[in-house]
Amino acid sequence: MTTTKREKMRMVRVAMPEQQPSERRWNFDEVNLGLSEALAVAEAQRCLFCANPPCVAGCPVNISIDAFIARVAEGDFSGAAAIIKSDNSLPAICGRVCPQEEQCEGSCVLANKQKPIAIGYLERFVADWERNRGETAPPQIAAPTGKRVAVVGSGPAGLACATDLARAGHQVTVFEALHSPGGVLVYGIPEFRLPKAIVAAEIDGLRDLGVTFETNAVIGLIDTLDDLLDTEGFDAVFVGVGAGLPRFMGIPGENLVGVYSANEFLTRVNLMKAYAPGADTPVFDLYQKRVAVFGGGNTAMDSVRTALRLGAAWAGIVYRRSEEEMPARIEEVHHARDEGVDIVTLTAPLAFTGDEQGSLTSMRLQKMALGEPDDSGRRRPVPIEGSEYEVPVDVVVVAIGNQPNPLLMKTSPDLTHTRWGTVVVDPETGRTAKRGVFAGGDIVTGGATVILAMGAGRRAAAAIDDYLSTGEWWDGTTQTR
Amino acid sequence: MTEIVATELLAPGITSYVLAAPKIARRARPGQFVILRATGDGERIPITIADTDPDAGTIRIIVQAIGKTTTVMAGLGAGGHLSDVAGPLGMPSDIRLVGTAVTIGGGVGTAIAFPVTRALKAACNEVIAIVGGRSREYVILEDELATAADEVYPCTDDGSYGYPGFVTGKLQELIDQGRHLDFVLAVGPVPMMRAVAEVTRPHGIETVVSLNPIMVDGTGMCGGCRVEVGGTTRFACVDGPEFDAHLVDFALLERRNRAYRWWENWRMRELTDAGERQ
Ligand SMILES: Cc1cc2nc3c(=O)[nH]c(=O)nc-3n(C[C@H](O)[C@H](O)[C@H](O)COP(=O)(O)OP(=O)(O)OC[C@H]3O[C@@H](n4cnc5c(N)ncnc54)[C@H](O)[C@@H]3O)c2cc1C
Ligand SMILES: Cc1cc2nc3c(=O)[nH]c(=O)nc-3n(C[C@H](O)[C@H](O)[C@H](O)COP(=O)(O)OP(=O)(O)OC[C@H]3O[C@@H](n4cnc5c(N)ncnc54)[C@H](O)[C@@H]3O)c2cc1C
Ligand code: SF4
Ligand code: SF4
Ligand code: FES
Repeated sequence: MTTTKREKMRMVRVAMPEQQPSERRWNFDEVNLGLSEALAVAEAQRCLFCANPPCVAGCPVNISIDAFIARVAEGDFSGAAAIIKSDNSLPAICGRVCPQEEQCEGSCVLANKQKPIAIGYLERFVADWERNRGETAPPQIAAPTGKRVAVVGSGPAGLACATDLARAGHQVTVFEALHSPGGVLVYGIPEFRLPKAIVAAEIDGLRDLGVTFETNAVIGLIDTLDDLLDTEGFDAVFVGVGAGLPRFMGIPGENLVGVYSANEFLTRVNLMKAYAPGADTPVFDLYQKRVAVFGGGNTAMDSVRTALRLGAAWAGIVYRRSEEEMPARIEEVHHARDEGVDIVTLTAPLAFTGDEQGSLTSMRLQKMALGEPDDSGRRRPVPIEGSEYEVPVDVVVVAIGNQPNPLLMKTSPDLTHTRWGTVVVDPETGRTAKRGVFAGGDIVTGGATVILAMGAGRRAAAAIDDYLSTGEWWDGTTQTR
Repeated sequence: MTEIVATELLAPGITSYVLAAPKIARRARPGQFVILRATGDGERIPITIADTDPDAGTIRIIVQAIGKTTTVMAGLGAGGHLSDVAGPLGMPSDIRLVGTAVTIGGGVGTAIAFPVTRALKAACNEVIAIVGGRSREYVILEDELATAADEVYPCTDDGSYGYPGFVTGKLQELIDQGRHLDFVLAVGPVPMMRAVAEVTRPHGIETVVSLNPIMVDGTGMCGGCRVEVGGTTRFACVDGPEFDAHLVDFALLERRNRAYRWWENWRMRELTDAGERQ
């Protein structure tokens, strides 16, 4: 059956089957249920298979999107999986969390005329199909090289780097500060958006490749980078420690009981499972409470939707710009609104007030107007005099972004960093100023995306492989052990 | 998994554990702590490294059973295991030659003061240790302190042993006797640390306290451990846990530590009920 371009243009984009908003706001199960085989094939058949597909250029790791969608259209899901996996080692995750509207789907030729191909849904479908089938082709691993690499941090950057290095025959140990690996994928992004079983399956896959995980290992304290290279016998190190230092707003009352950073709130709920009955770690009882989340990114959306699921009577986003400027994935903003999240834009906090016990009771807000564009190109919010008002609130979550955690940097004086605390690297290779040490992900870019972190991890893996075989460092020196 | 090599009951509800943790044993400096989970689904709790034996590859921690995790731990003996132990965390104590130093431990705080006491002595200071407890049986580590400090003064609230009264009474007494004190470290319940700060403040004696806010990760990632020192917000797990006692906002610390009291009580009740059902 061949469909003409004209016919294809008339077909409608697939709708993702999802849990009903009224139901899902009370549970932590995944919101998106995934495409059926029939839906996936139908959506794939809508693709125009462009000669020079712009979608591929829109994907930070340049997945051969047209090629994998062609396989899906033919019903060859395992062929599609192989194509995706050659560029992306975490497709089940990226298919779920990538900001597709700004990347692959945003570049699809259909994006303007009709609706773009649901590349993210298809990628997720293929990855889930392969995982659920349970039998993946045994991974190709090169002959052992005898070289050992330490990967510091087990977020997407570290996991992607470890995968490629292990495949290249190197012996890889991943060091993770927390008690379980996965980085933001496990402590930040909630279950209802990214089931933890999927992250666990990826990590099991890495173990099958021979990668060792050392949890509870805070590098910089238990071992410095020098210790890893000089004492522990690692030939190279990849630093993928993320941007895990929460920013606060610096306004009065921010240390009241009831004011959380998004990191703390989400870690308590996700990593420590505070939502599950019988968990040991508490989170404030939000049942019938008022919860305000400050920020407009994915972290803010995750926090507010988590609050709703914990029973909040009112859960709202308070954002100082307008909805257009919100950096969150569009799908999350829609999901949040459908679930009953209130989105208050052009509003900023001035102060928090508490009772004599030191518990938060209210917040003072101020209306904003949009002024001239700032450095980021977004219009700068300017306060409107006299628009201040006070509202009662029980819990506040501050989700205005994270900065690189200085812990590792403090003990690694020979890494160079910017004034924002990010590590300076050669963007092509991830090489730092320190011999044998590479870095990538949020620690280099500041808070960014899963796919960018993953891509950086893979580029660094290639450069590490190169370094390990030649011993050549950028300064021209060669070192052999 | 971390193996418990030995346990010893030091006082009612206060247990000393020797853990097999060779790497932490080599790295830890006085003043640092670990974050541990007793069981695979348990809470992460911070506990100070009271002592290390790098040759044996062990660390010692001293834990008071006050809530669920610490009570569960109290039921573990030699040969048992803790699910996770991460460390050493936090900034080591700033150990230097000050002259005459006083270390004050209240209750289980003595376990935290002990390694610092020994390090201060090793740095050639004259060291006076004051140890407080509710009554005689709650005064811990007196013998160990006797080998580490030049003078040891046990104090009991009920007067059953040593100086009758609070540790601050003993400290005041030393000051009143005209002893020249250059430095004070105080570790214990928040009201005790606050009281010590008030005793030394008028005399301008440099005073440091080791703060015990609620922690989650212990790596500077969550900000749950924030404290205010001199009007600035600091993360106790990475910037501390030791801070200048004269600048700490103790009232805030106390309020933040009470945040989950309802939950802690409820969880303990569950634990006791489960015990009674058995
Ligand atoms: C709540 C939330 C929601 C998000 N949603 C999305 C989304 O929908 N889509 C998207 O693309 N991106 C999203 N992001 C951003 C994305 O998660 C990050 O860009 C990405 O995880 C960065 O990966 P990374 O590997 O650099 O670091 P991380 O994922 O931060 O992992 C770093 C790891 O290193 C560990 N570590 C830190 N210091 C040390 C040390 N000294 N020693 C050992 N280990 C250490 C940390 O514990 C952590 O596990 C979200 C972020 C958050 C916080
Ligand atoms: C840096 C530091 C070092 C410490 N060293 C020791 C030590 O050497 N020996 C010792 O017995 N205790 C120590 N503590 C206190 C110890 O962490 C708490 O007693 C323990 O967390 C109680 O846990 P629980 O589950 O048994 O009790 P819970 O019922 O959870 O809590 C009881 C009390 O412990 C406090 N608490 C609860 N959870 C935490 C947490 N995650 N972090 C900190 N405090 C918490 C609560 O405010 C409450 O007052 C230290 C605390 C800090 C911050
Ligand atoms: S990895 Fe992300 S950006 Fe690339 S194709 Fe997949 S969903 Fe799109
Ligand atoms: S740009 Fe759109 S239509 Fe063209 S190949 Fe890519 S997904 Fe298909
Ligand atoms: S415990 Fe999380 S930042 Fe200190």
